[in-house]
Amino acid sequence: MTRQHVYWLIAILLVLLYALGPVAWILSLSFENPEKIGAGGFFPTDFTWDNYKLLFEGPPDFRYALLNSLGIAAIATFISIGLASMAAYALARLEFAGKAVILSGALAIAMFPPISIAGSLFDIWRSVGLFDTWPGLIIPYMTFSLPLAIYTLSAFFREIPWELEQAAQVDGATPFQAFRRVIVPLAAPGVFTAAILVFIFAWNDFLFATTLTSTNAARTVPATLAFFTGASQFTQPIGAISAAAVVVTIPIVIMVLIFQRRIVAGLTAGAVKG
Amino acid sequence: MSDIKLENVTKRYPDGYEAVKDMTLEVQDGEFMILVGPSGCGKSTALRMVAGLEDISDGELRIGEDVVNDKAPKDRDIAMVFQNYALYPHMSVRDNMGFALKLAKVDQTEINRKVEEAAKVLDLDQHLDRKPANLSGGQRQRVAMGRAIVRDPAAFLMDEPLSNLDAKLRVQMRTEVSRIQQRLGTTTIYVTHDQTEAMTLGDRVAVMRSGILQQVGSPMELYNEPVNLFVAGFIGSPAMNFMPATVEGDRVKLPVGEVALPEGITGDTSGTLVAGIRPEDFEDAEVVGAAARGGTTFRAQIEVLEAMGSELYAHFAVSSDVSVESEELRELAADAGAGDVPSSGEEGRIVARLDAASKVREGEEAELWVDASKLHLFDAGDGRSLRAPRESAPAATAGQSPAGRDPDADPDA
Repeated sequence: MTRQHVYWLIAILLVLLYALGPVAWILSLSFENPEKIGAGGFFPTDFTWDNYKLLFEGPPDFRYALLNSLGIAAIATFISIGLASMAAYALARLEFAGKAVILSGALAIAMFPPISIAGSLFDIWRSVGLFDTWPGLIIPYMTFSLPLAIYTLSAFFREIPWELEQAAQVDGATPFQAFRRVIVPLAAPGVFTAAILVFIFAWNDFLFATTLTSTNAARTVPATLAFFTGASQFTQPIGAISAAAVVVTIPIVIMVLIFQRRIVAGLTAGAVKG
Repeated sequence: MSDIKLENVTKRYPDGYEAVKDMTLEVQDGEFMILVGPSGCGKSTALRMVAGLEDISDGELRIGEDVVNDKAPKDRDIAMVFQNYALYPHMSVRDNMGFALKLAKVDQTEINRKVEEAAKVLDLDQHLDRKPANLSGGQRQRVAMGRAIVRDPAAFLMDEPLSNLDAKLRVQMRTEVSRIQQRLGTTTIYVTHDQTEAMTLGDRVAVMRSGILQQVGSPMELYNEPVNLFVAGFIGSPAMNFMPATVEGDRVKLPVGEVALPEGITGDTSGTLVAGIRPEDFEDAEVVGAAARGGTTFRAQIEVLEAMGSELYAHFAVSSDVSVESEELRELAADAGAGDVPSSGEEGRIVARLDAASKVREGEEAELWVDASKLHLFDAGDGRSLRAPRESAPAATAGQSPAGRDPDADPDA
């Protein structure tokens, strides 16, 4: 092993420790007996599944929250990607008046601090009846994730050779058929990338989840975690929170694992020479 | 199958630039028409207007009897082969070729039959279930051809379909394209910048430059009777040699000597003209022998000799006391140079094609003979050939019925 290898190894270990250390700690805490949580030491002294059992057999809050999170994030992602792919396609392919305005407007929304509208949204949602409902969260998630999705997707659409679309047109496709049967399949890696980003954004959100919900009807996991209590009023909920934190990570990991196969560059290889 | 008519078609971009200017061209039913010219001459734009991928700013386009100016590509019943093939990478070869039929809601068994038939013609039947990424360049090119063939369209439009292939494959596919077109007898417009492809493939060739159609005719017509300097310099490889000339009575004074004024020269012969001589109109004086009829002999220092086996290319320089000062000529020469024509228009540089039996040696002086009857003379000002009727504008030759091969009389069509 050369000196350079050693440096690399040290650097990699440092990065791994930095990135995965907290995750490992949470994992360790989630298996610790809640009464011995302050005992110190990295490895659980009293290994137990109790924390997980509490989540799924105890009060129903967490199960509702998990369902809300999955449903809201999935629907927001679906709508956002559907709208964004059409917008991005137009932005990548067409020249039209106001294109620059739309792009900078999208960017402005992405830059806009959500906290500044959280208060007014709370009031509006209460008066129009969206407070503490799924649509009440889906709408802001969709809105705030659209710019990101549009930017990601238009970058992918731009990579697709325009000739393919023209070939489809000459082959007898309507513009929509060309879009659906040629462009969308080719942009699939981009679509999945954008979808993951939007899903994670919606899944992780805490601000809107706490301000715009009040019950299990729409409260998502990040908000529910904040309201966790221990098994008894004398035990700290750290074990349960850790277990919940591990559980909420799982869907994201699964989603990335499923889609990473699709997120491979070079899907367009072979389309054109060069 | 149908004919294609362009009537005064113009493509104007919003910034005012005209890529195609007032183009009139008639492609007859079953004809193989080549659009040729250097890059940026508007040939691809013209083709894309026929395909419906570019809007037509002015003029009228007919396919068959219908004016199709405002029809979408899908309603024009045309198939196009793109320069970079534009195969759908997520579909197998079979699906690529059958895509158009699928869109047209043709029965699946019928699609399979047609695709397999086309695949057999193109020697692709082994590869039907592979993706384009796993095919070689030549195979991809054939898939692109196959995608056009299965449609059985009114016309094929091909945009430099062979330019991405290596030299050997290109020659092979050139024959293939020719064979397929003759077999199917489908009206074809083929765009290329390669004058060899233009000469070998087409029933008729249309030469374009800066958006203006220069001349339309059979390959031999263009070769033997170019209407202007540009066509003369563009068609033929090695290119025609140009040199300054003056006419005195029935004699033409060239840097290589004096020759008789060839027949058929009309128009104003006063002042300095540009003479054009094809490389094959030179010969080693010894090979020609004493019977140098109508020509003249001169001595030249051979600078470079390229032995091609069947023939020799001798490069030499001529000096002249008259020089042609023509902006037009310089522009034409630069234009032609951009079209892969070696050494054309370089003043004073001459390429002669000599018989392989010639004993000419590199670096030595040799006596060469030139056939004066094949001499071309051009106006130095506007570049027009003095053989061509002067009153007819270059574009006006377009659309006239070809004096060359009649496609209906062609046994293969």
